[in-house]
Amino acid sequence: MYEHDGEQYFVMDSHIHFWDASPENWVKGHEQYAKGWIECFHAYQSLGPPDTHWPIEKFQKYSEEDFVKDVFEEGHVDVGVFESTYLKEWYTEGFNTTERNARLADKHPGKLITNGRWDPRDGEAGLRQLEQDAQRYSLKGVKLYTAEWHNGSRGWSLKDPEAQPFLEKCQELGIKNIHVHKGPTIWPLDKDAFDPKDIDVAATSFPELNFIVEHVGLPRIEDFCFMATQEPNVYAGLSVVTGGLMHARPRFFAKVMGELLFWVGEDKMLFGSDYGIWEPKWQVEGLVDWNYPDETFSDYPAYTTASKKKILGLNAAKLYGVDVPPELRLPDDAGTPAARDDAELVEGAA
Amino acid sequence: MTDRAHVLDALGTVYDPELDEPITSLEFISSCDVSPGGDVDVRLRLPTPQCAPNFAYLMAADARNAVRRLPGVGEVTVVLEDHYTGEEINAAVGRGGEFADAFPGETEGGLDALRELFHRKALVARQSRLCEALLAGGATPEQVTARRVADLPDDPEAHRCLELREHLGIPADGGAPAFVLPDGEPIAAADLRHWLRIARLVRTSLETNGGICRDLLRIRYDIPDPVEVAA
Repeated sequence: MYEHDGEQYFVMDSHIHFWDASPENWVKGHEQYAKGWIECFHAYQSLGPPDTHWPIEKFQKYSEEDFVKDVFEEGHVDVGVFESTYLKEWYTEGFNTTERNARLADKHPGKLITNGRWDPRDGEAGLRQLEQDAQRYSLKGVKLYTAEWHNGSRGWSLKDPEAQPFLEKCQELGIKNIHVHKGPTIWPLDKDAFDPKDIDVAATSFPELNFIVEHVGLPRIEDFCFMATQEPNVYAGLSVVTGGLMHARPRFFAKVMGELLFWVGEDKMLFGSDYGIWEPKWQVEGLVDWNYPDETFSDYPAYTTASKKKILGLNAAKLYGVDVPPELRLPDDAGTPAARDDAELVEGAA
Repeated sequence: MTDRAHVLDALGTVYDPELDEPITSLEFISSCDVSPGGDVDVRLRLPTPQCAPNFAYLMAADARNAVRRLPGVGEVTVVLEDHYTGEEINAAVGRGGEFADAFPGETEGGLDALRELFHRKALVARQSRLCEALLAGGATPEQVTARRVADLPDDPEAHRCLELREHLGIPADGGAPAFVLPDGEPIAAADLRHWLRIARLVRTSLETNGGICRDLLRIRYDIPDPVEVAA
């Protein structure tokens, strides 16, 4: 819980990690990929305030003590959601597996939700694994990374026929929250790997599932927003937007927030720190302090106390069925919905 | 005889297809050497080792082609440095091959469709900046949409719009409408405000992506801190 200027905010961080990218965990022969991946993330950390930068050694593998301090003690986070990312082609024990996350979650009952994962290229065995994981970890969500490499393939799409049984299985098992993270590769390599159209198709086919698009589809914010106006079950995950822009590019941050509030709306935006890339503390405090920098932003929707409460925690709590203390809730009709009337004009205009 | 200044000018005509900015102003050229005999060696660097291979390939191939067109040029070598698919891309670009040659079995077609998609986005973004400048100067939507190509300002933004139209096969003669939809139809005055809403989002996306790319390149190669691009 974060308290500021007499207001109390329930904080749910919808995107956190507890990874091991230390050299001991690099797959032999694939060291350059394992090293390149974590160094790239480390560069992203430099986009945050200087006093939150870590040395690469700590960044490769931070401790449980670091996690508890950064997320719970100083980071104001009431409940965090682990987004599991495997990358086993590069990291021997996986980068950030469900198992590793769940071990930490078990030590903090009620404060950490562990999301699973699946990969359609695992076929039948993958479906069985998903069933086991759902039971073992009481999964309410999964994180999907479509650019993951697997046996010579450099990615997959939610439109693939092989992905459909997995989405059906999620629906059947009550795994309602599908976090999708796009990366730079996908088969075939000549297509735009960041195009979120496959999420659009899946969201239409599976209306009971919620699709949370991580880093709001960056670098394709426009494609993401056009889709989100048309699909009621598509949400914006703010990871990277806050961490990568709020400090480094404040005017871009203001524009992106304005566009998201306009197209997607404050009811469908979810705070995510992407810890350990960035610590939640400065992001939570920054989102509460933030407003548009000047009057040139006057035709974007207002960013109110209600907007902040929803984005920082109440929206995610609703998706995950987390019980919010009554004094931290909002009345049902608080806030401003997105300007959906423009949605129909998107087709063919750009 | 080719000199370094000519080579850099040629490289300045090569755009990052995703950001629609020249690779020179993005600081993607890490070195450019011309031997006394006219042989050229260009090294490219990108913001992350994992930048998308398709765009990386286009920049390397376009750079090689642009330099090879220079009169009197000798051997041209373009090398993409520090990239996880650098080896595949450099080998294919070096022998003048296609993208599919760099990644056998991993592609379905060429990169023309991808390039065209980003030309369309770039045209929307650039036209919107020109339209907004006119509106800010007091023009009405009717006056803005009545403009012809010949009325466009003589500046880099307008020039690039016309270049993009040429790539997209949209007529760009002096009498053609100044502001068009992707199919070449003029934007109607009544639709201008709505079109601008959408175009502003496309522009914000491109500019933000460019901002993050610049920041990551600066961090990766320890380039001095730039001033934030006017947003």
